[in-house]
Amino acid sequence: MGAYDFDVIARSFVYLFREGLTFSVTLTVLAMCGGIVLGTLLALMRLSKFSWMSSFAATYVNLMRSLPLVLVIFWFFFLVPYIGAWLMDSKTPIKVGAFASALITFTLFEAAFYCEIMRAGIQSIPAGQVSAGYAIGLNYRQTMSYIVLPQAFRNMLPILLTQTIILFQDTSLVYVISSTDFLGAASKVANRDNRLLEMYTFAALVYFIICASMSWYVRKLQAKISIIR
Amino acid sequence: MNYNWNWKIFYELEPGATGTYLHYLIVGLGWTVITALLAWTLALTLGVLVGTLRTAGYKWLERVCFSYVELFRNIPLLVQMFLWYFVLPELLPTQWGNAIKQMPPPWASLVPAVLCLGLFMSVRVAEQVRSGIQALPKGQKMAGLAIGLTVWQTYRYVQLPMVFRMILPPLTSEFLNTIKNTSLALTIGLMELTARARAMQEFSFQVFEAFAAATIIYLLVNITVVMASRWLEKRIAVPGFIGSKAQAIQAGH
Amino acid sequence: MKKMNVWAVALLSLVATVSSVQAQDTLDKVKASGTFVLGHRDASIPFSYYDDKQQPIGYSVDLCLKIVDAIKKNLNMPNLKVQYQLVTSANRIPLLANGTVDIECGSTTNNADRQKQVAYAPTTFVTANRIVYKKGTGVAKLADLKGKTLVSTAGTTNIKQVTELNAAQNLGINIVSANGHSEAFLMVETGRAAAFAMDDILLAGLVASSKNPAEFEISSEALSTEPYGIMIRKDDAKFKALVDSAVKDLMSSGAINAIYSQWFLKAIPPKNINLNIPMASNLKKVIAKPTDSPDPKAYE
Repeated sequence: MGAYDFDVIARSFVYLFREGLTFSVTLTVLAMCGGIVLGTLLALMRLSKFSWMSSFAATYVNLMRSLPLVLVIFWFFFLVPYIGAWLMDSKTPIKVGAFASALITFTLFEAAFYCEIMRAGIQSIPAGQVSAGYAIGLNYRQTMSYIVLPQAFRNMLPILLTQTIILFQDTSLVYVISSTDFLGAASKVANRDNRLLEMYTFAALVYFIICASMSWYVRKLQAKISIIR
Repeated sequence: MNYNWNWKIFYELEPGATGTYLHYLIVGLGWTVITALLAWTLALTLGVLVGTLRTAGYKWLERVCFSYVELFRNIPLLVQMFLWYFVLPELLPTQWGNAIKQMPPPWASLVPAVLCLGLFMSVRVAEQVRSGIQALPKGQKMAGLAIGLTVWQTYRYVQLPMVFRMILPPLTSEFLNTIKNTSLALTIGLMELTARARAMQEFSFQVFEAFAAATIIYLLVNITVVMASRWLEKRIAVPGFIGSKAQAIQAGH
Repeated sequence: MKKMNVWAVALLSLVATVSSVQAQDTLDKVKASGTFVLGHRDASIPFSYYDDKQQPIGYSVDLCLKIVDAIKKNLNMPNLKVQYQLVTSANRIPLLANGTVDIECGSTTNNADRQKQVAYAPTTFVTANRIVYKKGTGVAKLADLKGKTLVSTAGTTNIKQVTELNAAQNLGINIVSANGHSEAFLMVETGRAAAFAMDDILLAGLVASSKNPAEFEISSEALSTEPYGIMIRKDDAKFKALVDSAVKDLMSSGAINAIYSQWFLKAIPPKNINLNIPMASNLKKVIAKPTDSPDPKAYE
C-alpha cells in the first residue's frame, strides 16, 4: 500500500490526547509523588541502625531491581485484588481497575529506584550537618526533616527528575495489560484502521518531544542547582 | 479466595506437546539469554565506538553523537520495538519489506528485538564509556601522544583498557538491564521467559505458579551475573581506580 | 543472604496463607458497592466491540444489559450503576476470578477446562473454529500451512486447539500469538501470517469490515464446535440462578430473536455493514432447549 494517510492522526487526535496522554501523565505524576515519598522512607530505613529495617529495605530494593517491569506489572495486575480482599477480610476479591493496579505497580516499583537516589543524596550530606543538628538539641526526626532531607532533595533533584522521565517512558508498558495509555490508544487506532506506520511514528514523535524537552530542562536545572562544596 | 492452587502444573505437558511446562519455561530462559547476549554484543561494539567518538575532540562529531544519544534515550523502548517491528518493513522498498515480513517466527521477532535492544543499550554503554574516559587523568592521553602514538592508538592501548576496568560495575548493571529489557520483546511475539510465563498462565489458568516460576528464574539469573561480575572485577580491577566518577548515582534501571 | 532468606520465607508464607477456597457472592457485592462491572471486548464483532465513539456495543452486550435489568429488579436497585471494563481473551478469566469484572459479555467459548475456573450462562451462540486466509495463496485447510505462519489470539480456545493439532498431527506450522483479533487479522492483511485461526463468526465480522473483503476466504473445514456463553464466577449459586433465569426468559419469550436479528441481519455500526447470517439450526436448538453444557456434541 503506497498511500500514507496522515489524516488518521487528525481524526484520532482528540481520543489520543484526551484518553491516552491524560492516562500516561496522570499515572506518571501520581506514581512520582508516591514513589518519592515511599523511596525516601525506604532510604531512611536502609540507613537506619536497626538491622531488620535495613535488611527489609535492601531486600525490597534488590527484588524490584532484579525483575523486569513487565513481570511486575503482570504480578500486580492479577495479585492486587486478592491482597486487597485478604487485607480487608472480604469474601470476594476487591475490584481494582486497570489504572489503580498500574498506579500501585509503578509507585512500588519506582520507589526502589527513588530509594537508591535518595540514599545517595542523604549519604552525600557531610556528617557535620547531622552532628550540628544533634548539638543544638534536635532529635533524629527533626534533624532528618529540617536539615538533612531538604539538602539531599535539592542535591538530587536533577536525578530525581531524570528518573521521572524514565518513569514516564515506562508507563507505556501498561500496553501489556491492554490499558489505554498514549501508546495503547495509538495502537488501538493503528490496528483498527490499519495505519501502523502513521500512528507509531506519531507516538514516537510525541514521546520524543515531551522527554527531550524535560531532559533539556533537567540539564539547565543541574547547572543552576549544583552547590560547590 | 476463588483460586485453584496446583503446583504440580509444572510437570504437566504444555499444549504444544514440546515438553512439560517447566521445560517450556526453561526454553524461554534460553531465548532470553540468547537475545540478551546478541543485543549486548551489538551494544558494546556500538557503545564503545560512539563513546570514544564523543571524546575525540571534534565539535561536529560530538553534536552528531549527542543527537544519536538523545534520540534513543527519549523514545520509550517499547515504542522503539514497535517502530522496528511494524514500521520498518513499511518504510523499505516493497520487496525487502515483504521479505522481512515473511521471515518465519522466531527470527521475525528475534532480529528486530536484537537490533532494537542493541541500539538502545549502546547509548547507555556510550554514556558510561564517555564518563569513564573523562574521569581518566588528562595526562594519560598526553603521555601517549608524547611517546609518538596516534590519537586512535592512545585510545586503543592507553585509555580504553583502563576505562573498561573502571566501568565494569556500571556495565554489569547495564547487562542486567539488557536481560530485563528482553521481556519487552513479548509484545512483538518473541517467546522468551516472560512471554512463556504468560502463555502458561493462559493455557493452564495457574497465574501465580507461572509468574512465581518466572520470578525465581530471573532472580537466579541476576545472582549468577552479579557473582560472575564480582569474580571478574577481582581479577582485573586496578587498585585505586574502581570508584571513580563513573560510579556516581545515576537515574534509570 | 541470610537476611534475604528470612524475608523470602515471610513473603512466601504470606502467599501460602491466602489459599482457602471460599464461596463468592456477586449479588451481595453489587448491593454493597452499588455498581456492577460489565466486562466487554474491543473487536469481537458483532458480539462485543467498540463503535467509533469507543462505546461498547454488541449482541452479548445487549444480552448482558437484559441481565442487568433482572438484577435491578431482584435487588430493587433501579439506579444501579453499570461500569464497563475492557477485557482481552488473555485476561478475561483472571479478571473475572479476581473481582475486577462481575460478568463477561464477549465471545467466550464454554468448555470443560474453563468450567473448572468459571461458570457460564446458557449458550447464546454456536460457532466453529476455522481459518481465514488470502485467496490465491494456496491455502484452503490447516494442513496447507506446513512451514507457514498461523496466527491466533492469545488466551483463546482456538490457539490452544491449533497448537495441540499441530503437535499431534505433526503439521510443522509456525504458530504465533497476537494480543487481539484486530492485530491478528492485520498480520494476515499485511502478509506477516498466512492464516488466522478463530471462530468463524468473528472472522466473518473482521472480513466484512476490512478494506477489501473480496481478497479473503474462510475455510470450509471446521476444526471444532464452539458454544459461546456469558461468563460468571464459579461457586456463586444465587447469581447463577438469576442469570440463568434471565437468559432463559429471553429465549422462551422470543425476545432473543429480535436481538439476534439486530446484530446479524441488519446493518451494524461502525461501518453499517450487514453480516446477513440467518440463525443456524444449532442455535435454534439451544434457544428451544437452553443448556450450558461444555460438551460440543450437545450442539450437533
